[in-house]
Amino acid sequence: MSGPGATLAVDLDNATVRFTSERGSVTALENVGLKVPPGGFVSLLGPSGCGKSTLLRLVADLVAPTQGTVTVLGGPPERARLNRDLGFVFQDATLLPWRSALENVRLPLEVGPKKRDRGGQRTPEELLRLVGLAGREHALPHELSGGMRQRVAIARALVSEPRILLMDEPFGALDEITRDTLNEELLKIWRETGTTILFVTHSIPEAVFLSERVLVLATNPGRVRELVACELPYPRPLSVRETPEFIRIASHLRALLQTC
Amino acid sequence: MDDKPTAVIAEPPAVARRAAAPATSAPRRPRSQALLPFIAAAVLVAAWQILAQVFGLPIYIAPTPIQIAKTLVSELPMLMRNFVPTAIESLIGFVLGNSIAIAVAVLFVHSKRLEAALYPIAVFVNTIPILAKAPILVLIFGLGMTSKVVIAAFICFFPTLANMVRGLTSVNPQSLELMRVLSASRAEVFWKLRVPSSLPFLFSALKIASTTSVLGAIVGEWIGADLGLGALIIEATHNFRSPLLYATVFVSSAWAVVFFAVVSFAERRIVTWKQGEVS
Repeated sequence: MSGPGATLAVDLDNATVRFTSERGSVTALENVGLKVPPGGFVSLLGPSGCGKSTLLRLVADLVAPTQGTVTVLGGPPERARLNRDLGFVFQDATLLPWRSALENVRLPLEVGPKKRDRGGQRTPEELLRLVGLAGREHALPHELSGGMRQRVAIARALVSEPRILLMDEPFGALDEITRDTLNEELLKIWRETGTTILFVTHSIPEAVFLSERVLVLATNPGRVRELVACELPYPRPLSVRETPEFIRIASHLRALLQTC
Repeated sequence: MDDKPTAVIAEPPAVARRAAAPATSAPRRPRSQALLPFIAAAVLVAAWQILAQVFGLPIYIAPTPIQIAKTLVSELPMLMRNFVPTAIESLIGFVLGNSIAIAVAVLFVHSKRLEAALYPIAVFVNTIPILAKAPILVLIFGLGMTSKVVIAAFICFFPTLANMVRGLTSVNPQSLELMRVLSASRAEVFWKLRVPSSLPFLFSALKIASTTSVLGAIVGEWIGADLGLGALIIEATHNFRSPLLYATVFVSSAWAVVFFAVVSFAERRIVTWKQGEVS
């Protein structure tokens, strides 16, 4: 997807994050290295407390590394954030309850520096259509189901055409069927937009189904266990999950997680 | 089933925390239930009328509803003359007290140090009963309408301050992270996140203030005034004009109820989303 020598989308070099409080310090991540090329799709998998979310927050400039360096699109994460190159999707949709679906998608165009020329190729209306919410533009969040709210959050993350999409267990609270649908749609969006995606999940099948590579993290302190390639051709139909190759990768990941 | 009316009923935030309930399962209040309080009131008034007649209570101890109604009609011009200053005092006091409370809450949210310095003082002043504050304020601001406005403003101030500080700070932390990822400025976070989040809190305070501001104006008039419902209450009591006293109380309550209803109506028009819905 990218020629050799192209600037990496995300480059973590020996990144360590330590949180210090009165009760002592906790090492959330230790000497983590990760290189993601532009347009890549990497999932972060690991037990609770392995620092998956912290890794995402490092890239989003919500947390600073205690040691090591974090480079995003060839510069510091802060530059990427101010340039609005990052889109973030939380586990909760985090919609503003007083804004309609459409107004929520518009929010990134109304705040931050240089907001006037933030609009991308796609209008907020088109993005809502892309995530399958045509006709619900004026619904308030409490009138939408959990899956619909998460779709709005994805449309909102895409509205400023971010070059990197950071997703922190975005489908964790949804039921299996909704999750499957959104997984398929996410792959479609990824292939259409060409954004880089970093995706945190607890689910092995979800990680294998979506990503090119899965970064398995071990806990206490959070560190890299293994970077596993998922060599399954795209586009991937849901039935790919029944192929021997898929099952082989999934069971390898399961075995890895048991030793984390 | 027709969808539209149920959707309208689902709007008030009273049914908060029914996470994403579809519009069709919204609770429906049959019309007969809305009439219940009126029926209950009618029964109580009728009982009052009958008991007062059966026991032959003297009019200066407990006038009957019919006597009070007659006084309401015959003394209407005089009641209205006294109603106008009380209404003006409570209205201006309401606007003044709440505006200052909102402004101070905004200052507190922007400066923790200011909040630490002044909030305990606000709590202390709030612990002084209004009956003790009122004479002091009358001494300072005189016997005119100003002192009543100030008393009404004082009584509105604290509940609104406390609620507004809570409202402005009770922002969903994840929404704050979202704003940071979007590189939103402090002003943008304030106007687009904190202010809307605080509106449900503000309106609960305004509903309290709508009735207490009337109370404040009346207490102020007790201390000393020529005109006003408070002055009329004192005068009617001293002269044993019980039907007039009851009629005056009725007028002041009616005004407080109207005031409350207007604020509730505004709340329903403005706060159309559900409280407590975090995602």
